Amino acid sequence: MEKFEKFSGIAAPMPLVNIDTDMIIPKIFLKTIKRSGLGVNLFDEMRYERDGSEKPDFVLNKPAYRDASILIAGDNFGCGSSREHAPWALADFGIKVVVSTSFADIFFNNCFKNGMLPIVLPQDQVDLLMKDAEKGANARQEVDLEAQTITTSDGTVITFDVDPFRKHCLLEGLDDIGLTLEKSAAIDTFESQAAQSRPWV
Amino acid sequence: MSGKTLYDKIWDAHVADQSDDGTCLLYIDRHLVHEVTSPQAFEGLRMAGRKVRAPEKTIAVPDHNVPTTGDRNAKIENEESRIQVEALDKNAKDFGLNYYPVNDIRQGIVHIVGPEQGWTLPGMTVVCGDSHTATHGAFGALAHGIGTSEVEHVLATQTLIQKKSKNMKVEITGKLRPGVTAKDITLSVIGATGTGGGTGYVIEYCGEAIRDLSMEGRMTVCNMAIEGGARAGLIAPDQTTFDYVKGRPHAPKGAQWEAALDWWKTLYSDDDAHWDKVITLKGEEIAPVVTWGTSPEDVLPIDAVVPTPESFKGGKIEAARRSIEYMGLTPGQKLSDIEIDTVFIGSCTNGRIEDLRAAAEVLKGKKIKDGMRAMVVPGSGLVRAQAEEEGLADIFKEAGFEWRLAGCSMCLAMNPDQLSENERCASTSNRNFEGRQGYKGRTHLVSPAMAAAAAVTGKLTDIRTMM
Repeated sequence: MEKFEKFSGIAAPMPLVNIDTDMIIPKIFLKTIKRSGLGVNLFDEMRYERDGSEKPDFVLNKPAYRDASILIAGDNFGCGSSREHAPWALADFGIKVVVSTSFADIFFNNCFKNGMLPIVLPQDQVDLLMKDAEKGANARQEVDLEAQTITTSDGTVITFDVDPFRKHCLLEGLDDIGLTLEKSAAIDTFESQAAQSRPWV
Repeated sequence: MSGKTLYDKIWDAHVADQSDDGTCLLYIDRHLVHEVTSPQAFEGLRMAGRKVRAPEKTIAVPDHNVPTTGDRNAKIENEESRIQVEALDKNAKDFGLNYYPVNDIRQGIVHIVGPEQGWTLPGMTVVCGDSHTATHGAFGALAHGIGTSEVEHVLATQTLIQKKSKNMKVEITGKLRPGVTAKDITLSVIGATGTGGGTGYVIEYCGEAIRDLSMEGRMTVCNMAIEGGARAGLIAPDQTTFDYVKGRPHAPKGAQWEAALDWWKTLYSDDDAHWDKVITLKGEEIAPVVTWGTSPEDVLPIDAVVPTPESFKGGKIEAARRSIEYMGLTPGQKLSDIEIDTVFIGSCTNGRIEDLRAAAEVLKGKKIKDGMRAMVVPGSGLVRAQAEEEGLADIFKEAGFEWRLAGCSMCLAMNPDQLSENERCASTSNRNFEGRQGYKGRTHLVSPAMAAAAAVTGKLTDIRTMM
């Protein structure tokens, strides 16, 4: 996984609440056996007409936001299915950070596995970032994971919380499986004890 | 020190390693796998030269995009679907997994097959690359959905990196009124908490109305815990659970059964356990419900009317406006006046034998409305066989329903079973999201009995008027 580095990028506003994973990537694109190439179908039904032409009103089709790398979203972003195709599609489009007041649990986990940072902030701070994002392409926000800050285009600095282990993994670009395999001895021990105490498993 | 919740007890029994910051390696007892969220995980294993650590604890079955028509055993027409199913065939064989292929009578929706075959047992940890893994919580198993990266992690290590969730108690007191089912309970809970209300929690459902439910009903309740945002839903195992499990192919036998039972009987929340959040609903006050919008929280009793967007607060006002427009409804319209053209009975929420019995009970001696498209998709080949044996299949067919083979089908419409634009469906599934059952299709979530009633009348119908 690539290391998550400090960056500044265009933030796109999506104030709709309960944006679900079927909206993020409709199921017809789940038939792939690959992880890549889903960005073009991100938000497919909101973004395109049936004939494949773009809906000009959709935020990521507007000239100002076509290169967005940050999404400022309404409450409960990513609810619904466990499909990791949702963060794959977002990452493939170029989104590195999603900010909301809350995320669905599985989506939230999936982001970290793909080098993406979901940031939870209180309503007033999300509102502030939303307002800033609505200014368009000139409103570049800066995300600094090391310092745990997001800075608006006019220099307002907002700090956020992140789980220390997940922060470490993102900053170092660490692979979870590799880390866990270093603890194989502990898993072996657990397994042999469980074979005694719960042999029916 | 306070006592432990059921969740605490199962969690504690599965921690293989704990870091100073509270991050744990949680051991996974059962890993269920299907064709849509696993190909990339197996590819990852191959690229890294890794094996499946515990193939004997890994169970695979194709369900999401298999067709439900009789010709599927010869060939799956859709090329992408066929490639995914063939990839699962190959991965199951190469890595030595327990496997139920498309043409096996035991094939079906992964969350129906697991319990049916006795893979799911009380006190276990169960995961699957599917959000409705919550279903297995009905057995008092800690069960939740994971993404594909975590599928690969479990395949390689039989563990997950986890932090503990908070404890929420959802108590349903008293008795349910006639016509009210497990589906109405679980939808009513989501209506009360919202789709984000469970985020960060594991829910334990309890109370007399939950205790009175069969295992099928309990699975329906836990299945939709995820729609309320919870990581998992749990119900403490009791005699109903043990009776269901006993004798199933992979349930313990003999002395091991007795040993298992001794432990299972300790799996309940202590009286002095700490709850971070408590919700109580009165069973008597739960009505048969339907959804009017495009989120499972958009739920109301069948005798209510479509709400006005302005009756909500904050961002929900705009979301409700969008939902009502998408659904082609008018605020103030009676829910029981909404005409439908399609009925879907099936899914991991309501595709079990008891669900089919409830629907058939309503349909006995009746015909579906002219022009109605109605289908029953049993949750597994074994449910299908049992329904045929009990004469339920004949009731459905005589009423005008299509009688299909097992799979996820129109719940998520990855296979050919889909809604067309502006078609309106009374569905026993779990999600009414925009486009969920087909591009611009409109979904109303209901119980099996309510779905059957709607098929007959052509409108969303209060089942109590047909009893």
